[in-house]
Amino acid sequence: MAAGHSPMAQFEIHTLVPLSIGGYDVSFTNSSLWMFLAVTIGSAFLLLSVKRDGIIPGRMQSVVEVMHDFIMNQTVLPVMGDSGRKFFPFVFSLFIFIFFTNFLGLVPYSFTVTSHIIVTFVLALLVFAVVLCVGFWTHGLHFLSLFVPSSAPKWILPVIVPIEIISFLSRPISLSVRLAANMLAGHTMLKVFAGFVVSLLGAGGVLSALSIAPLFAGVAVTALEVLVAAIQAWVFAMLTCIYLNEAVHLHDDH
Amino acid sequence: MDATAAKLIGAGLATLPLFGAGIGIGNVFGSYLTGALRNPSAAASQQTNLLLGFALCEATGLFGLVVSFVMLFGF
Repeated sequence: MAAGHSPMAQFEIHTLVPLSIGGYDVSFTNSSLWMFLAVTIGSAFLLLSVKRDGIIPGRMQSVVEVMHDFIMNQTVLPVMGDSGRKFFPFVFSLFIFIFFTNFLGLVPYSFTVTSHIIVTFVLALLVFAVVLCVGFWTHGLHFLSLFVPSSAPKWILPVIVPIEIISFLSRPISLSVRLAANMLAGHTMLKVFAGFVVSLLGAGGVLSALSIAPLFAGVAVTALEVLVAAIQAWVFAMLTCIYLNEAVHLHDDH
Repeated sequence: MDATAAKLIGAGLATLPLFGAGIGIGNVFGSYLTGALRNPSAAASQQTNLLLGFALCEATGLFGLVVSFVMLFGF
């Protein structure tokens, strides 16, 4: 494999329009381009599909309705109960953004925005900040009792409380790394199999005929990646709901 | 030991989380099948939990991938 065709080359950031504000590099990169495309296509898809607003949904409208139903009735309401309704727009926006960036990343020669930890980390920090704000807004300082499990015996609290605090603080890290690592690993695997096809074709003779095997493996991995792209977007939304639910209801179930 | 060699060995050792991820994913699907065969009528309702468990397990293996990338490219 020649240099520049390594499986990691797809994750490189290229500057498209150089910009600089106050010494900071704020160039419009390929990452920005695909983020912009994801937001535009996502918004256009949602807005145009429900434009007709029929009681009997058309094809496009029923796709949007299925997505809405999936996040509302399968994710937000079972986890958070009725109080989850006011958080639905937040969770749904996160889901749509991650869903469309993941899927646009599957298009050959495109760029997967969510494969960069810094992008997913900002999303996870946003969730973390919202959880903190909601928690302190609804419960005041009583929110800190989240770190004290009510069922634990008193003498074990000095051990449990630090563990609870550390696990709470590591949430944005695990949330962001989970999404980024999934996209990174999947796309690297795709390019590795694609590289096998090229190397075998170049080898000539019997080996060229064998190149069909990694090609099929690549197709299978693509199918797996379609599944992973959807599941990871949903897992991000689901965990957001679980964290928000803790902030709203503390320990008691809804 | 050469620093590059140590880096490569460390990156290789960071694939060990796959042990746990493999056991975990097998456990998730195995337990689901056990439960689903015992009570097929309840199987469909647990499919979202199945996928959530699968995704959470798979991610622990990928944390190892991130560690090995940090070793290879971060130092």
